[in-house]
Amino acid sequence: MRYYTKTDEWVKVEGDKATIGLSTHAVEELGDIVFIDLPSVGDKFDKGEAFGAVESVKAASDIYMPIGGTVVAINEALNDSPELLNQNPLEQYLIEIEGFDVSELADLKKE
Amino acid sequence: MFKYFPHTEEDIKLMLKRIGLKEIDELFKPIPNQIQKEASIQLKEGFSELELVRNMQLISNKNKHLQVFRGAGAYDHFIPSAIYPLISRSEFMTSYTPYQPEISQGTLQYIFEFQSYICELTGMDVANASVYDGATATAEAMFMATSQTRKDKILVSKTVNPSIIEVIQTYAKFRHIEVVLIEEQNGYTSLESIKEQEDYAGLIVQQPNYYGLIESYEILSNIVHENKGLFIVNSDPSTLGILKTPRSYGADIAVGEGQSLGLPLSFGGAYVGYMATTEALTRKMPGRICGVTKDIDGKRAFVLTLQAREQHIRRAKANSNICSNQSLNALWVTIYLSLMGPSGLKAVNEQAYTNSHYLKEKLLQTRLFNSVHDDNFIKEFVLEANFDIKQVEEKLLEKGFLTGLNIHDNKLLFAVTEKYGKEEIDQFVEVLVDVVR
Repeated sequence: MRYYTKTDEWVKVEGDKATIGLSTHAVEELGDIVFIDLPSVGDKFDKGEAFGAVESVKAASDIYMPIGGTVVAINEALNDSPELLNQNPLEQYLIEIEGFDVSELADLKKE
Repeated sequence: MFKYFPHTEEDIKLMLKRIGLKEIDELFKPIPNQIQKEASIQLKEGFSELELVRNMQLISNKNKHLQVFRGAGAYDHFIPSAIYPLISRSEFMTSYTPYQPEISQGTLQYIFEFQSYICELTGMDVANASVYDGATATAEAMFMATSQTRKDKILVSKTVNPSIIEVIQTYAKFRHIEVVLIEEQNGYTSLESIKEQEDYAGLIVQQPNYYGLIESYEILSNIVHENKGLFIVNSDPSTLGILKTPRSYGADIAVGEGQSLGLPLSFGGAYVGYMATTEALTRKMPGRICGVTKDIDGKRAFVLTLQAREQHIRRAKANSNICSNQSLNALWVTIYLSLMGPSGLKAVNEQAYTNSHYLKEKLLQTRLFNSVHDDNFIKEFVLEANFDIKQVEEKLLEKGFLTGLNIHDNKLLFAVTEKYGKEEIDQFVEVLVDVVR
């Protein structure tokens, strides 16, 4: 199950790991995505902190952490082909995190 | 009469009439008298054209035409006369930055050509549309490195021009970047001194270095890359007509001052900085990149391909806020390179090499100087003088020569371009010996 933030990120918790991505709505609003700036593995962010940025032909905006945690993987495919995000925003996660607190999901909107 | 003024006398009269005024000065009436008085500037009546020309000639007569044997970052190269009429065309000379860039195809085309030349000279994948000067280009390269590696320490060799180091330190101060100066050994960057360092964003070196020496850039590059830092090279682009490209020994960012490519010395500026990098680092580079594509009818079209979007809407987070380029000077460089071609630029450097080595030899023969570094140099070299430098420098100025720059103690940094051959050098040395004795 995905949880959504007001700023249109989603988070999906599976065991002790969670993936974070952008909502279909956000991606549709952005239009053709040309660049995604992702953090490095090992970076640690708090809930609500900006961890990256997405740039489309129309706009650029920050991407915020739905819950806090440490980055354990990034979706490398997006570096070379950011348009994958337009094709399937729910399949294409941005980062995978660990070391989060599930209680931080409480104020997010359920799918 | 003046095509730049949008309003005719008629227009102005009409506008004044509409708001019920007689002359333009009345518009300033609401400003209190006292302030008007305080702000008044004592300007003389305008000159006639004849008077103006005479006046300017009087001022410019104060300039001395010197034979220049000094460089240290700005070089007295020959400037082909074809540049001036081209650069003076009003489409180039007086046009302002195109805010709707694609409407100015000519501007985008020459920027694209400038970038292509810089890529060819440096061997890098991409170049930007130019920045203010070589020193700020180097400081911007530091920001690219600290942003890419997420480290806040940068190494700078002491063999880099001290004025460039000062600009780097100024830029670093306000970003809280630690600048570590790497010791030099006999005029070269000390490898031991670099090896003592770890956890840094990159190393900045110069090619040829401040003393004109060509260092072992490949070895430096390898040390930096083993430490996951970026290798940043500031090159005199003219010498790249003959030296190895920064890319060939693994530079991640190539920057430098474009003045040596046909721009006059003009009292120290305005010059033009260039920046080039690898494809992987393209997004970290400040400024603009022009590209070429096809329009809807399949015709060639130049476009603004890339500019960091942060500069407009995420400014606080931008890696750099530099959006400007030195367009006219970039065009200058472009025309110069198109006139010289690869063989011309090579010849310039071969002559600068021969001339500078000849001058060093001649100066050493006078026994007025001691050698300081080895002979692995091009265009510039350092000698230690065993006479009073200050006095001799002034006397030489009177005789029409600008001698080497006093860099420290009794050391002089000489430079010779293709402009001064055997004859001029012999004469210079003769006069110098005369003046000293």
